[in-house]
Amino acid sequence: MRQAFDEMKGSDGLVRPAYSELAAWLGSVRPDELDHRRREAELLFRRIGITFAVYGEADAQERLIPFDVIPRVLSAAEWQTVSRGLEQRVRALNMYLHDIYGRREVLKAGIVPADLVFQNPVFRPEMNGQKVPHDIYVHIAGIDIVRVDADTFYVLEDNARTPSGVSYMLENREIMMRLFPELFFRHRIAPVENYPDELLATLKSVAPDRTASDPTVVLLTPGIYNSAYYEHSFLADKLGIELVEGRDLFVKDGFAYMRTTQGPQRVDVIYRRVDDDFLDPLAFRPDSMLGVAGLMSAYVAGNVTLANAVGTGIADDKAIYSYMPEILKFYLGEEPILKNVPTWRCREPEHLAYVLDHLEELVVKEVHGSGGYGMLIGPTADNAAVEAFRAKLKVKPTGFIAQPTLALSTCPTCVEAGVAPCHVDLRPFVLTGRDKIRIVPGGLTRVALKPGSLVVNSSQGGGTKDTWVLDR
Amino acid sequence: MLSRTAENMYWLARYVERAEYLARILEATHRITALPLAYVGDTNEWESTVESAGCAPEFFATYSEANEENVTDFLAFSAANPSSIRNCFEIARTNARAVRTALTSEMWDSINSAWLELKRFGNTPNSREEFARFLRWVQESSLRFDGSAYRTMLRNDAYWFSRIGVYAERADNTARILDVKYHLLLPADEHVGGPLDYYQWAGILRSVSALTSYHWVYRESLKPWLVADLLILNEQMPRSLASCYENLVRNLDRIAGQYGRQGPAQRQARVVRTRLQNLRMEAIFQTGLHEFIETFIADNDKLGEAITQQYLA
Repeated sequence: MRQAFDEMKGSDGLVRPAYSELAAWLGSVRPDELDHRRREAELLFRRIGITFAVYGEADAQERLIPFDVIPRVLSAAEWQTVSRGLEQRVRALNMYLHDIYGRREVLKAGIVPADLVFQNPVFRPEMNGQKVPHDIYVHIAGIDIVRVDADTFYVLEDNARTPSGVSYMLENREIMMRLFPELFFRHRIAPVENYPDELLATLKSVAPDRTASDPTVVLLTPGIYNSAYYEHSFLADKLGIELVEGRDLFVKDGFAYMRTTQGPQRVDVIYRRVDDDFLDPLAFRPDSMLGVAGLMSAYVAGNVTLANAVGTGIADDKAIYSYMPEILKFYLGEEPILKNVPTWRCREPEHLAYVLDHLEELVVKEVHGSGGYGMLIGPTADNAAVEAFRAKLKVKPTGFIAQPTLALSTCPTCVEAGVAPCHVDLRPFVLTGRDKIRIVPGGLTRVALKPGSLVVNSSQGGGTKDTWVLDR
Repeated sequence: MLSRTAENMYWLARYVERAEYLARILEATHRITALPLAYVGDTNEWESTVESAGCAPEFFATYSEANEENVTDFLAFSAANPSSIRNCFEIARTNARAVRTALTSEMWDSINSAWLELKRFGNTPNSREEFARFLRWVQESSLRFDGSAYRTMLRNDAYWFSRIGVYAERADNTARILDVKYHLLLPADEHVGGPLDYYQWAGILRSVSALTSYHWVYRESLKPWLVADLLILNEQMPRSLASCYENLVRNLDRIAGQYGRQGPAQRQARVVRTRLQNLRMEAIFQTGLHEFIETFIADNDKLGEAITQQYLA
């Protein structure tokens, strides 16, 4: 594997301009001081109750995501490119979804194979021909980005269903401002604290046309046992909207209502953090206890907006991912500003043959997996694991894609032995409203806390960092 | 506000109040049982503590004997007792988590810290000193939660529902002590105990934190009928039935004011308060203290149902 690009020291070992202040500070701060701040940060997180749950770990119902106190820095110019690329990508995602559930030009033009759409479990036939308010499907997108050198940012994954993590972006900044006020004076860092306002403005802008002037927006959560519950309550609080569970809502005569102490109240926009499958037991999984019976009927009647729309999985599915550059060109007639990671589709025989020959160098991902589960990282896997995966791959090649093992960029990070470069990725959040697209500068930086490790997923021991976009 | 939020606020406050009450009666019992038998007689204080806690049936389903060890474990730590102090905090925090958005950060911090702290207390205290510290800690946690609610919450329906929870629980607790100990509180001429009961009266007052208040209000040595008067009719005494109902009426009226509508809950609370305002202890003794308390407990339950029907369902 190539030497990773270090965002502080570049490839030549010279401190890059965006990091000059931070590098000077890192050079002067005592190790025990850094350690002290790290513990202080953990205490703060524990007290405000920012926790997340890991599925399958009985004891770990409430665990902290490790937080690294050394921020990641992006220059204004870097961010501008990324931000333009994000806007372009999300515009394409929305046009594609509108098309898939409408005229299907993209299939007719042969850009995307039809079977990948129609045989895909995340495709929602219920949405065929349905109009969604203002033709917006993905109101909140989390686009995962990795960097491999000074100029190249790849989109690793689109998250167009119920992306999470934005609460960490906001809380990380709060904690950093409390712990290191001096550093904030030495830099000029674009704020992120307006995200809740931007989100609320976005959600209000997409209310159904018939809604009264001030639409009622709620956040629908699966409840306190959901791994992202903290985030749901955090956002509802910052937005000043009700945090509802399925049982708080009901549908009557085609409209959605919530049960309040003053009787039923109409709901116009539902920022839902419940998956499609569980949204409405009458339309999807009948055993769902998390949803609202009849919600789909109110939705297709155009009386309530769901954000994100139902069926957006067909845009961020790993099987579709590799077609995104062509999809983007098809709708916008532009070259993608943010590239895709080169991807081999195992469904295509030549690609499969290449992948089978190069398993030891590649990352192979299950098309329907997420959270870092069900993947093979060739270079670090032992022989037995590679062979086991080879067998799986031969049985069902359509279920997999493969990518080169990327040398993800690194950032200085606190580890047991002091400060060391660790691999990072970035999840910016893109908000699409009726009026415009809004992106707060930065996003959530995830970091693999073991030096050398490439797994940044919080469910597998990754941590987070504050992300600083310099103002100039 | 969401009905479920109101319900959570209501029960959150109730469970914190209940934890404090359990700590108080356990503390009072420890004091009484530490006295030589000659001062308190040979009644089983631990059994009456379980009854005051309102969980005698559940207790005796698990244990055959009410003694210090069993009762302490059951009321303070048992996972099997849904209303043990431990479970009160557990349930309170679960409720708090579900309504994080309706709590101020100070309230969340106080209930979350208490819950974290509770994990550090073992299941069986090593000594009476340690247990005494635990009981003090429970009361302090409740005070901290109550104080943070009082000082930081917006004065709106969320606040009022949480207050209603406090007073509904408090009225229930005070009534329950009276129900278990009523035979000790009769006027002198009907009374069958005599001076032996002095420490019992003090114990009752202590369990509702009213021993000092008693002396300020009556400026007399302990008299059972005055103890009853203080706990039932005295509006200055924050844990008296009269005071609880004054507060219930006030907070329910505020909700009605905000919503622009009175309902069965307001009427039920007002009926009970008016009765308490117009009663004298002599009349209560005449019709029977025990009967009076039974009626009160039934009425208080009825108010709980009315609140549920009107707002929380």
